[in-house]
Amino acid sequence: MKSFFLALMGSFALAQMPYERLLDAAKEPGNWLTYSGNYQAHHYSPLDLINRENAGRLKVQWMYQIRGRQHFETMPLVFDGVMYITDPPSDVTALDVRTGRPLWHYRRTIPQGVPVCCGQVNRGVAALDDQIFVNTIDAHLVALDARTGRVRWDVEVADYKTGYSMTAAPLAIKGKIIVGIAGAEYGVRGFLDAYDAKTGKRAWRFWATPGPGEPGNDSWSGDSWKRGGGTTWVTGSYDPELNLLYWGTGNPAPDYDGTVRLGDNLYSDSVVAVNADTGKLQWHFQFVPHDVNDMDSNQIPVLVDAEWRGKPRKLMLFANRNAFYYVLDRTNGEFLTAKPFARQNWAKGIDPRGRPIPNPATEPNATGALVYPDDDGAANWFSPSYSKRAGLFYVNVREKGGIYFSTKTQYQPGRMYLGASKRDIPTEEPYGALRALNALTGDLAWEFRVKTPPWCGVLATAGDLVFSGTMEGDLFALDAVTGKFLWRIQTGGEIWSNPISYRSEGKQHIAVASGSSLIVFGLD
Amino acid sequence: MYLRVLGSVWLTAIAAAQPPAATSAGESLYLSQCSFCHGKDGEGGRGATLARPALRHAPDDAALRLVIRRGIAGTAMPGTSLGEDELEQVSNHVRSLGRRPLPPLPGDPKRGEQIYRTKGGCARCHTISGRGGSFGPDLTEVGAARSAAYLRASVVEPGADVPRGFVQIRAVTKKGDRITGARVNEDTFSVQVRDASGAVHSLWKAELSEMHAELGKSPMPPYRGVFSGSELDDLVAYLAGLRGTL
Ligand code: HEC
Ligand code: HEC
Repeated sequence: MKSFFLALMGSFALAQMPYERLLDAAKEPGNWLTYSGNYQAHHYSPLDLINRENAGRLKVQWMYQIRGRQHFETMPLVFDGVMYITDPPSDVTALDVRTGRPLWHYRRTIPQGVPVCCGQVNRGVAALDDQIFVNTIDAHLVALDARTGRVRWDVEVADYKTGYSMTAAPLAIKGKIIVGIAGAEYGVRGFLDAYDAKTGKRAWRFWATPGPGEPGNDSWSGDSWKRGGGTTWVTGSYDPELNLLYWGTGNPAPDYDGTVRLGDNLYSDSVVAVNADTGKLQWHFQFVPHDVNDMDSNQIPVLVDAEWRGKPRKLMLFANRNAFYYVLDRTNGEFLTAKPFARQNWAKGIDPRGRPIPNPATEPNATGALVYPDDDGAANWFSPSYSKRAGLFYVNVREKGGIYFSTKTQYQPGRMYLGASKRDIPTEEPYGALRALNALTGDLAWEFRVKTPPWCGVLATAGDLVFSGTMEGDLFALDAVTGKFLWRIQTGGEIWSNPISYRSEGKQHIAVASGSSLIVFGLD
Repeated sequence: MYLRVLGSVWLTAIAAAQPPAATSAGESLYLSQCSFCHGKDGEGGRGATLARPALRHAPDDAALRLVIRRGIAGTAMPGTSLGEDELEQVSNHVRSLGRRPLPPLPGDPKRGEQIYRTKGGCARCHTISGRGGSFGPDLTEVGAARSAAYLRASVVEPGADVPRGFVQIRAVTKKGDRITGARVNEDTFSVQVRDASGAVHSLWKAELSEMHAELGKSPMPPYRGVFSGSELDDLVAYLAGLRGTL
């Protein structure tokens, strides 16, 4: 009893997350300190106490139930004995990691009628020094006291009434909190922001659609860049040595009607490399110029240093919603290779410089254009995982097409700005698969099929396991090398989240949000 | 549930290559603000199926307008900034998607009911107002959601266009048992199947040696040639009048 008390006391006194700890996340394999586990966004656990020998004996340790009915998409942070989760729409709860009992709540009152395309969800917090940071659905950034959950400061990032919203976890770097924005379905203008962590004062803003006089503005006809989308709604990655932030950008707006925004529509559907001190663009790579299929590139840029054709290189791995797996040079954005990892028909191929050759038949039209993948993508916001040990990149894949009919759309602030109606393909049952790709070539090593296209991320561990979940509620573990099925449990709710792992009291745990429960697994 | 009638509407639309011209202000609002999630004809997709006679969240028109204005808290159904007139227009359009007016039909519904119960043997597989078998879909409200042409085709040629939610499973267990029936549910590891007797089988996929899921295949026997033309008219008149409590 006494040691338990001391451990908790320690955690309160220790609610300190200096930048150096985030930088050296690898030194704390038992904790989960940032959205993707480390700045390189590997979403990988170096723990091996749970492994192929004992995974079959995993058991529920505790559950925590939220009150909301929205999808529970949180990625927990765990350190110093406390787990920090968000529950939808924009609440934060700190849990005692030993028992699952709440230590504090932050509950936010959300105004009526915040327009959001895809649910009032939230994917987690960031920690820096003695504060916890959360983005809210009404587009504020809030700093909370890590010990009590009391608000330290609260700033408006954008006006929700015009269609802006925030769902992603912020990213904490040295002295700054980096936040992305959502709302491209409402014709907002995308940006990436940095705020001073102490004061909440905005340090810089990078506009994802360039204004007049800026390079790239001529990739938009007329003033279409003003409501051109290019939102930044999934947490990016960071290379501290190059001091570059890497962030995926979303679809141009309107999503499906390209006639009102002729041109490549920079920097929509791209990955941008932005200087962390100034917000200045260092380079960009556009996956889908002039997109008319809602191919948001809001996936996670995974940073890996590896030998590329005999030379050590700083790489970026990117499993795109558009069904292609890309390898880029992250120092300059040079295209190295791309390979499809799912069924697609929107591109006839990718040219040697990485530019797709579009298939005009997939442009929405009056009679219905058949498109693979559909607008939910082959991949989406849910995290992939990279295991250096296995040399594999794991990604959950959605095999689903859609039929798109063009409709008239007109920009009005706060209203949907899409330009299509969608129909599912009546003769086909979509499915999903967890695919393990050779990290450097994108070649398929193995796959594990699931019934329904998933909305769950993948966690690989040093125990040579991969964990993931299904829309029917199964959480499962596979052999990371062979894909062999090892363990499952029916959790009873749809799994719309990313599993993580941490160590508590000398034991490894797996945590995942399912239905309206946060469930923690371990070995007795 | 996906409505098969809409599948055929889509096919017809392709054949005719008609550009979608909104015929009312309500339809044009619906197409731009709602159809991406609910489908052009309310068939559903990311959003709920609206082409049905009764809506769970909108028992009356005032509730419908409120749902559209406020959205449904805790779900992906967003609120809108539509004005009062626009709300009225779009909610009228939503109602028109699911409630088909009863057209004048040639047959006699009373005789149709007789045929349903006797010669047709339909009640063996279908339930109306709580009576009948559970192998096929409940038909209590079928007349409100389906056109007469659709109902006629359902009887004559059940395989022509089967609703998306209906999947026939053929499975063989490792012990050699064969199970055929309608899929009640399925996940990555298990499947639940209702056979023609109405019994539900719970099966682990790991314990099966074979499993086939057949979309677009109907176990309902085709009645082509079974009924005379006037018998068919009577049957369709009966089915079209099935509107539950609406
Ligand atoms: C982003 C997708 C989306 C858009 C856009 C959308 N809806 Fe919905 N809608 C949903 C979802 C999801 C539900 C089901 C909610 C639930 O789980 O109960 C729903 C439910 C409904 C319902 C209740 C159905 C029932 O059975 O009670 C109505 C009515 C409705 N929507 C009308 C509309 C109208 C009218 C519009 C346009 C003004 C619209 N919706 C726009 C996603 C959407
Ligand atoms: C052996 C069982 C069986 C018998 C007998 C049977 N049905 Fe069906 N019926 C089904 C099944 C299964 C379906 C669902 C698959 C499909 O649509 O074909 C169905 C579908 C239907 C539908 C379409 C319902 C919808 O909402 O799409 C109608 C209408 C229908 N049956 C009417 C009849 C009538 C009228 C008779 C008698 C003349 C009859 N059925 C006899 C099994 C049966």
